[in-house]
Amino acid sequence: MMAEKKKAGSKKMEAKKETPKQAAPVPKKAPATAAPASGKKEQTRIGVFICHCGTNIAGSMNIEAVQEYAKTIPNVGYVDNYKYMCSMPGQAVINKAIKDNKLTGVVVAACSPRLHEPTFRTATKEGGLNPFRFEMANIREQNSWVHMHDQEGSTEKAKDAIRIAVAKASLLQDLFPKAVPVEHAAMVVGAGVAGMQAALDLAAAGIKTYLIESQPSIGGRMSQLDKTFPTLDCSQCILTPKMVDVGRAANIELMTYSEVDAVEGYIGNFDVTIRKKARGVLSMPEAEAKGMVGGGCNGCGDCEAPCPVIKPNEFEVGMKPRKAIYISHPQVVPLLYTIDFDSCIKCGLCVTACGEKKAIDLEAKDEFVKVKVGTAILATGYDMFPVEKKTEWGYKKFENVISSLEFERLICASGPTSGHIIRPSDGETPKRVAFVLCAGSRDNTGNGKPYCSRFCCMYSLKHAHQIYEKIPGVQSYLFYMDIRSFGKMYEEFYYRIQDEGAKFIRGRVANILEDPATKNLHVYTDDTLLNRPVDMEVDLVVLAAAVQPKEDTDRTRKLFGVSCSMDGWLLEAHPKLNPCGTTTAGVFLAGVCQGPKDIPDTVASAEGAASAASIPIHMGEVELEPYFATCIEEKCAGCGMCVNLCPYSALALVEKEGRQVMEVTEAKCKGCGTCGGFCPGGAIWMNHFATPQIVAQIDAFLLGGEQ
Amino acid sequence: MAAEEWKPKIIGLLCNWCSYAGADLAGGGRIQYPPDVRVVRVMCTGRLDQLFVLKAFADGADGVLVSGCHFGDCHYLEGNFKGAKRMFMVKRLMKSIGLDDRRFRMTFVSASEGAKWATVITDVVKTVKELGPSPITEFSK
Repeated sequence: MMAEKKKAGSKKMEAKKETPKQAAPVPKKAPATAAPASGKKEQTRIGVFICHCGTNIAGSMNIEAVQEYAKTIPNVGYVDNYKYMCSMPGQAVINKAIKDNKLTGVVVAACSPRLHEPTFRTATKEGGLNPFRFEMANIREQNSWVHMHDQEGSTEKAKDAIRIAVAKASLLQDLFPKAVPVEHAAMVVGAGVAGMQAALDLAAAGIKTYLIESQPSIGGRMSQLDKTFPTLDCSQCILTPKMVDVGRAANIELMTYSEVDAVEGYIGNFDVTIRKKARGVLSMPEAEAKGMVGGGCNGCGDCEAPCPVIKPNEFEVGMKPRKAIYISHPQVVPLLYTIDFDSCIKCGLCVTACGEKKAIDLEAKDEFVKVKVGTAILATGYDMFPVEKKTEWGYKKFENVISSLEFERLICASGPTSGHIIRPSDGETPKRVAFVLCAGSRDNTGNGKPYCSRFCCMYSLKHAHQIYEKIPGVQSYLFYMDIRSFGKMYEEFYYRIQDEGAKFIRGRVANILEDPATKNLHVYTDDTLLNRPVDMEVDLVVLAAAVQPKEDTDRTRKLFGVSCSMDGWLLEAHPKLNPCGTTTAGVFLAGVCQGPKDIPDTVASAEGAASAASIPIHMGEVELEPYFATCIEEKCAGCGMCVNLCPYSALALVEKEGRQVMEVTEAKCKGCGTCGGFCPGGAIWMNHFATPQIVAQIDAFLLGGEQ
Repeated sequence: MAAEEWKPKIIGLLCNWCSYAGADLAGGGRIQYPPDVRVVRVMCTGRLDQLFVLKAFADGADGVLVSGCHFGDCHYLEGNFKGAKRMFMVKRLMKSIGLDDRRFRMTFVSASEGAKWATVITDVVKTVKELGPSPITEFSK
C-alpha cells in the first residue's frame, strides 16, 4: 500500500491530477455549472499575483526577482505584482487577468490566508472562477516580517512559497459551500453584566436566548460592587434594573444554578446539554407545572431561620454567614432559595418551615436539559487573583490586610457591616488607610500575573474617595507604579482624588509587617520619585488584587473549541478585526473572559458580541466551508477504521452494490481530515486538502518546479 | 561542500488553527528567525499521513517539522492526538532504517505562542544544519 501511494506521489503531475478528478464526487450539487472541473481536460493556467504590501513585503525581498522566477514555474500563465493587492485596483488586476488570460487558478503571494483568503476568494469569484480555485502564498507574516534583514533568504523563501502554492492551485477543484439553516435561538454563558447585556440585546432583536448562569443568582461580579468609577453610580442601582429586565424578558430563558455540560454540532446548529444543578427548591412556575396550586418558593425566607448549618457567604467574600438553604443577598434574581447540598445535613427543619408551599425537595437530583441554538456567547467573567500567594504583603496572615473585593463588601450598605469600614482586628474605624496597587498585576516574578488588570487603578482611586466620604479626617496613601486612568473622564477623576487629599507614593510595596501590639501595619517601599525609603504606619491595608481567568475556563473553552492566550484568557479570532469572534464559527466572547475590562468596555464588548451573534441568526442560513471528506468508493475496502476515528460521528459504513463502503454526512463533517490522514487505501478525498494536492506541494518544494 | 553555504531543505507541515496562527503571530510581532523552513498548511495535524513525511524525506528533505495544537487544544477535539500517534511511528521507522530521527520533529505551538514558534524554528534549523545534508540526497546522487 505504501508503495502504491509513493508511486502516486512521484508520478507526473498530470497523472496525479486524473485519479482524484475522476473519483472525487465533488460537483454533486451543481454539476451543470461546474463545467471546468467536470471531465473535460482543461489547460492549467495559474495566475500569480505578488503583493508589495507597501514596504511590508517589498522592503524585505526583491519583488522583481520573485516575479521573474514565478514566470518559470510550470503551469503559470500570468504573473503580475501590485503595491496593495487587497485594494480595489489590486483586486481589479486579478479580475481582469483571469478573464484576459483564461486562468484556471489564482495564487496571491501576500499576507496570511488567515487574514485575506476571503478577500481574494471573492476577487477570484468576481473574475469568473470558482472561489476555491484560489491559493495563497504567505510571504508576509511568515516571510518578510520574520526575515527582515535577510533579503536573499527572504527572496528564495518567497520563490519556494509561490512554487508550492502554484502546485496546489494547479490541482484545485471547484467546490460549493454547503448552506445550512441557522436555529433561531442563541445561548449566553454567564449572567454577569456582560452576559446580561448580550442576552438583553439578543432578546430585543427577537431572538430566543438561553442565559446560563452557574450561580444561584444572576448579576456576577458587578453585583458585589458598591460604587462604580468615575461617575460614582451605585453599582446595584444601575445593575438591578437590568437584572429585573432579564428576569422579565419574554425571549430570555434564564437558567440559573446551571452549567453547560456538553456541546455538539456547528454554527447554526449547536446541540447543547445543560446540567441544572440540584437546587432542592421549586420555583413557583415549576410548582404550578406540577399542579401544586399556590406552591413553590416565594422567597419568604421562613426556611432559612431554622436551618442549623452555618457557612461563610461567598457573595460577602466569607465575611457574613449564610445557612445551607440561602439566598446570597437581598437583590437576587430569581428570588428563589437554594440548598447547598454539600453542606446540608437533611434534617428537614426547612421542609417543615416551608409548610404548605411544599417548595423544598431534599432528594432533588441534577437534571439535564437539551437545547438547540444557532450561536453562543461566552461571558464567563473572572476570578480574583489569590493575593495570599504574594506572602510579602501578609494577606490572610495579618488581620488588617484586606483585598479590594472585601473592601467593596465592607463599604457597601448591604454588606456585612452595613457600609462601615472597620479594621477586622478590633472593629475600630481606620484613620490611615494604604492602598497597594498592582497587587499581583504587572508582576514578572513568576508568582503573579504579567499583565495589567486594567481596572484596579481606577477602583483604588474610587476607594480613596469613598473613605474620604465616610470617615472624616482619614488619610489615604496609594502605593502605585503608574496610575493608568485611560478612560473617558478617568484622568479628571484622578485629579479630583488628588485634590481630596490622597497621597500618592510611587513605588512597588516591598513588604508589609504587623505591629503585634496594635495590629497596625508598616508598609515598606522605596519612593522612587523622592528616591528615599518609606516606612508608613497605617491602620488598614487594601490590596488591589489582580484578576485572573475563571478557574473552569479551560473546561468551558474545550467544550466550545475556543483557544486561550498565553495568560489563560479566551482568545479572540483577531484582536482588531474580529475582537468578539473566536476561531470556532458561531461562538463569540463578551466581557472579561477575554481579558481584563472595566464595566464600560465590558458592556460595549457584550453589545458587540450580541450583534455579531445575531447576524447568522438573522441571515437564516450560513455557508460551511466545503472541506468535507468524500469517499472514493472503488478504493474503499469498507474496513471502517475511519468511522471510529471521526470525532464527530460523521462517517458510517453503508451497504452499496453488495459491499460495505464508507459514507459521509456532510453536515456533520468539519473537514479536519483525521480520516483522510489514516485511510490505508487512500480512499478518502479531503476537499481542498486532498492527498495529491498536499503531495504536490511537498514535491514542488523538494523536487523543484520541473516534476 | 562549503558548510557555510549549505542551506538545508526543511518542510513544515502546520495545522491551520494553532501552529500556523502562532507562526502568523510571530510575524505580527516581527520576531526574527532563520528562513530555511517552507510551510505547507493543513487544517489539522490529524490530516497528516505518515507517508507525507516519508515522501518528503524520499524527495530529499533534510528535515521535516510537524506542528499542531497542544493536546486538549485541538480545534477538532483530538485530531492532533491521532496525528501525533502516526508521527511517533515515523520516528521509530526512521530509526530502524538508519535515518537520524532528529531530522523529524513534532512540536505543539498554540496560536498565542509566536515567540515559541521562532524558538522552535531556530532550534530545528540549528539541529538540521548540524546533521548536514540528508543521507538520502547523498545516496541518490
